[in-house]
Amino acid sequence: MLTRTKLFSASLNSFGGEPNSHIDSVCLGLPGTLPVLNRHAVELAMRVGLALGAEVRPSIFARKNYYYPDMPKNYQISQYDRPINVGGSLELPSGKVVGTVRAHLEEDTGKSTHVGGAGRIDDAAWSLVDYNRAGVPLLEIVSHPDLRSAAEAREYVTELRATLLAVGASDGKMEEGSLRVDANISVRPLGSAEFGTRCEVKNVNSLRSLGRALEYEARRQIDLLSSGERVTQETRHWNEDTGRTSPLRSKEEATDYRYFPEPDLVPLVPDPAWIERVRAELPLLPRQRRHRLAAATGQPPARLALVVERGQDELALETTEAGADPEAVLKHLEQNLADGTGRLTAAGLAGLITMEQSGELTSNQVKEVLAEMVTSGESPATVARRAGFEAVGAGELAGVVDRIIAEHPAEWQRLRAGDDRERKKMQGFFTGQVMRATKGQANGRDVAALLADRAGS
Amino acid sequence: MTAAPAAAIAAAVRAGERSASSAVQESLAAIAAGGELGAFNAVTAEAALARAEAIDSAVAAGEDPGPLAGVPVALKDNICTRGTPTTCSSRILDGWEPPYDATVVDLLNAAGAVVVGKTNMDEFAMGSSTENSAFGPTRNPHDPARVPGGSSGGSAAAVAGGLTTLALASDTGGSIRQPAALCGIVGMKPTYGRVSRYGLVAFASSLDQIGPMACTVADAALLYSVIAGHDPRDSTSIPEPVGDLNGALAGDVDGLRVGVVSELCGEGIDADVLARLESAAGALASAGAEVGEVSVPAAVFGLSAYFLIAPAEASSNLARYDGVRYGLRVAAPGATDMNVATRTAGFGDEVKRRIMLGTFALSAGYYDAYYGKALKVRTLVTRDFAAAYERFDVLLAPTSPTVAFRLGERTANPLAMYLSDVCTVASNLAGHPAISVPFGSGADGLPVGVQVMAPALGEDVMFRTAAALERLLPATASTHSAGAVTKGTAP
Repeated sequence: MLTRTKLFSASLNSFGGEPNSHIDSVCLGLPGTLPVLNRHAVELAMRVGLALGAEVRPSIFARKNYYYPDMPKNYQISQYDRPINVGGSLELPSGKVVGTVRAHLEEDTGKSTHVGGAGRIDDAAWSLVDYNRAGVPLLEIVSHPDLRSAAEAREYVTELRATLLAVGASDGKMEEGSLRVDANISVRPLGSAEFGTRCEVKNVNSLRSLGRALEYEARRQIDLLSSGERVTQETRHWNEDTGRTSPLRSKEEATDYRYFPEPDLVPLVPDPAWIERVRAELPLLPRQRRHRLAAATGQPPARLALVVERGQDELALETTEAGADPEAVLKHLEQNLADGTGRLTAAGLAGLITMEQSGELTSNQVKEVLAEMVTSGESPATVARRAGFEAVGAGELAGVVDRIIAEHPAEWQRLRAGDDRERKKMQGFFTGQVMRATKGQANGRDVAALLADRAGS
Repeated sequence: MTAAPAAAIAAAVRAGERSASSAVQESLAAIAAGGELGAFNAVTAEAALARAEAIDSAVAAGEDPGPLAGVPVALKDNICTRGTPTTCSSRILDGWEPPYDATVVDLLNAAGAVVVGKTNMDEFAMGSSTENSAFGPTRNPHDPARVPGGSSGGSAAAVAGGLTTLALASDTGGSIRQPAALCGIVGMKPTYGRVSRYGLVAFASSLDQIGPMACTVADAALLYSVIAGHDPRDSTSIPEPVGDLNGALAGDVDGLRVGVVSELCGEGIDADVLARLESAAGALASAGAEVGEVSVPAAVFGLSAYFLIAPAEASSNLARYDGVRYGLRVAAPGATDMNVATRTAGFGDEVKRRIMLGTFALSAGYYDAYYGKALKVRTLVTRDFAAAYERFDVLLAPTSPTVAFRLGERTANPLAMYLSDVCTVASNLAGHPAISVPFGSGADGLPVGVQVMAPALGEDVMFRTAAALERLLPATASTHSAGAVTKGTAP
């Protein structure tokens, strides 16, 4: 989470840095030190919970006991049976609603690098431990088993990430580990109501990996069942290079974490006024923005996900409200403004669409003008005039067409007398000549109409 | 040796009538002479003398060093001191020097006290005799063949033997009060959260409290008032301000409702101890207190609950001693092997016993039957005490079921040793304050302590009762021949 300091101590929470440069007595778990809860982390946790429509409840911290050298106290302070956020759901752009079980606070561990041997802790020549990450605040969000495909899982994580970004809880960088996914997957025969035995897949470090790992794991489980074997409940490790999962530990080998209430911390009971303030200060969420734009444009929310994700929905709304055709607005945002809208204003975009639809500018010219508007913020008329993109008048265009026909009698004969293929070829020739003569300022539809008129067809 | 009370030393130093240096030199000389007691793990003579000189300079410059100006204080060796080894009397912390001072050490320094050293203890405060120390046992100044109690036996012996004026110790199940009783001094466990635990190496976090040990109730109150108060570094610290205790020390007990806990006055408590308790109750009654018997039914289950909750928390608290970051490391081929070899060599038997007990109590399938049930008993203990405090202002009980026992007498039988805490654990489970006050002697002329318990944040009325007992003592006859208190040398 995007706090300045760690969950229980004053060391900086920042990615990277010299190993063991963001550490202190508390996050190192030195004897005699005690944790003090970071208020900002609690607020961020509540923001996420409220964004998911979860209930923010009085909660307690627990100790999760297990040994690992990068965990300074050999227990992790987490929340267990009484998490801060309970329930909630996330609506995906497709309209599917995925339930969330809980979203609880916990501290991160440090990072180990095992050198020599097979790179595992017990056969390494030595291990290096960096405690910069130890004690960084995490929020673990657990979803219900509502997802039915790898694609849906990706859509869920994408939407969750957008929501976390919107409320400022995380930077969502999967490559830096600030968003991590443990994916549980099971398969079942068509028509079966019971879920199959699940496996948990770890080490999924990108959206792409998530999709690949789940596809692989689903296929593996289906193959097992198809050949009459059983799926064993276990944790599996995704290997990005081989594109396979391999067993990490089985249910039987699972650690007994011996959870018990953390005696060094008191129950976390956020004041109702605090919760209400956090709720009131929540920004519009991606889902709300999609629905708002859907209402304004008449388009389905699923189509609007891209525009919302790019943060262009505000401009889309204003442009539509300025009277522009919603379809044209969305088309430009989707196709021509992938790199951002820069200084483009709603009035400018609306004006440009008017000029385009009235035939004042050709589609090529519209693109050029739009790019210039993004940079300069000027009106479309100003940009078009400076570029010399004033549309050729109807009378002037007819003169040009007649002159070109007179200059190319043989080609004109082929157009008039040729078969379909020949006629189309010659239409292209004459259109090209007209465009060259008008420096591309002629409207293609007008040229076609004039050629048809002169050919008498 | 009759040591001057801390208040007198501080008053004289503040007034420029005596030097802090002389007070500290006296203490250091006594420590050197009392070496056979085994009270200290480390004596910080050089730093103490330098600090005493600084205090004397401050006084000379017209500054006030504070209410403990120049008073020598010993610290139990589980209280962190920057740059001075803090061992918990365990091999596992071999070579570790904390990079910080405990909050109580900061407060002592701010009050002008001078830390003279770190005292011996049962390893990680687990024990009742100070025999579970990696550095050897501490002996009772009243009889070197006997234990000083524990786990704070080093602090108790240091104060009782006149090696230091004051000492700080920790109390998880009676570790301040029981050795205070066995050594004939005053020892007090504050309300849970009243004194910061920051810098106290944890044994059982929900039970641990730092508290004072002194020769007199007034000195204990003085030291308590210096270390008590809110600390933002301890989340379990109580925010309410600490009141002034001077009124309490001078107050009488006329009309005070005193309940003698019947469950703690029965089987398992020696007759000489019970006789002194009765004498104390009688003295309070003669001073105008309304003394009655009170039943606290859950008090007897406290010990079982304590010996599940404390080891459970300890099993987790002591997990960090793995040879990775600090302290002892015993080399082995892999990381896990190294952890095991280090812990096997670094911990003593009692610590291992409790880690295993606690790990078991928290394990899947056993949690509800052991740890879960112990938490329920803890709630019952608190409830039963709350009911008793509806009828009584303070409760009276023995501190220890026996006088000081002989070295080696109980080491072979852990359960017998655990019974030493039967009268004291309830206050830790409930989080209430309690104090042990010397009240004459029992068998073999050995000291007996009487315990005054009070409701949470009831330090005021607790100290009032304790001060009254101290004043009333000379008027009561000891049931056993008091004898001359022997300040013998080791056999």
